Amino acid sequence: MSAPTDSDDDALRWAAQREALRGLHRDVLHEPVPEHLLEAVEQASNQRAWSRRWMQAGALAASVLVAFGAGWVGHGQWNARSAIGIQAARATAPVALAFAHDAAVAHAVYSPEKRHPVEVAAAEQQHLVQWLSRRLDKPLKVPDLGAQGYSLVGGRLLPGAAGARAQFMFEDGAGQRVTLYIGALADRNGASTQETAFRFASGDPVPSFYWVDQGFGYALAGKLPREKLLALADAVYKQL
Amino acid sequence: MNTAPIVACIPALRRYARALTGDAWTADDLVQDTLERACAKWSLWRAGSDLRAWLFTIMHNVWVNQLRQAGGRTLVDIDDAAHDLQAPGTEPDLLIDLQRCLLQLPAEQRAVLLLAALEDFAYQDIAKVLDIPIGTVMSRLSRARARLAELMEGGQPAGGTRPALRRLK
Repeated sequence: MSAPTDSDDDALRWAAQREALRGLHRDVLHEPVPEHLLEAVEQASNQRAWSRRWMQAGALAASVLVAFGAGWVGHGQWNARSAIGIQAARATAPVALAFAHDAAVAHAVYSPEKRHPVEVAAAEQQHLVQWLSRRLDKPLKVPDLGAQGYSLVGGRLLPGAAGARAQFMFEDGAGQRVTLYIGALADRNGASTQETAFRFASGDPVPSFYWVDQGFGYALAGKLPREKLLALADAVYKQL
Repeated sequence: MNTAPIVACIPALRRYARALTGDAWTADDLVQDTLERACAKWSLWRAGSDLRAWLFTIMHNVWVNQLRQAGGRTLVDIDDAAHDLQAPGTEPDLLIDLQRCLLQLPAEQRAVLLLAALEDFAYQDIAKVLDIPIGTVMSRLSRARARLAELMEGGQPAGGTRPALRRLK
């Protein structure tokens, strides 16, 4: 037969390259699927059924829900919100994700502090809220997590990608701390980012639930099991 | 709706997303977005058609939107990407170099190359997933292969001088 040609060489090289690429992240194929992705499918398929019932009840009902997005009375409404906002929420992901990462890092930096966990302590709550509201240019509210066993430690001002951010710290009786991180979220063009449903960011360095509402990002971070963190985030959302 | 067929595709989606973005966290977020969107648009899937191709199509659209939002910049800090790649029982240096070089390919070339190499999609499937003509698939694939080979041959060893990479932060 004929001597090897350039194209034979090429074919071999491409085959080798393909094999190398198939070695990339091969372990991911055999890992168990993370719980939060399974839940995403479950929730999204439930909320789809849920929102369709609303659509059948009349388009008016759906538009009222969108217009008065504040009237959350039950857990099911989280689902309605994300079903309707799903298209809009997509484009927000990188900005919101970076925000959640900042929140997790801020938590990891300040929550272990014994002497200086906060700049302004809970004893001066009114001053704290006024100060941070002025710096973030938004009237802030400190959620009351007493029912969940957490009391306010205090808060601090932090620098963010596009300006000031606030961190409120809470602590339970055992000294377990969670932090609520708040800041304006804008994309590169300065347009405020779209609202998102609750998102879970696992780990790195601590897990958090984050969401975007009216141009502001919120992230609740803490070394807690996912359900506990979700219950706290839910309580925070309902009060803000 | 029966979600089992979608769930069965998750590992492949995760691997592709990780190779595409170079970052475990970004990748899983992309997968999560894709899954939510797929469930929301479930009625648009034609029963009997290729579910895997449909999911990859959705993922591609979500990813393109995110790139647009980020102004086309690479979203991943390469040092983080290298860290994510340290899987036991692999050749970390080679894989780190490979991922690093992949991230230097233009995004549209990277997508074509990975769909062909990781997922064994035929040219016509890739054309559908990416919504481009089949001729474009072939030319992008051949450019991607050649460029990746070039980068790997000229590439520095892990830990050596790093090629200039764009960072988000």
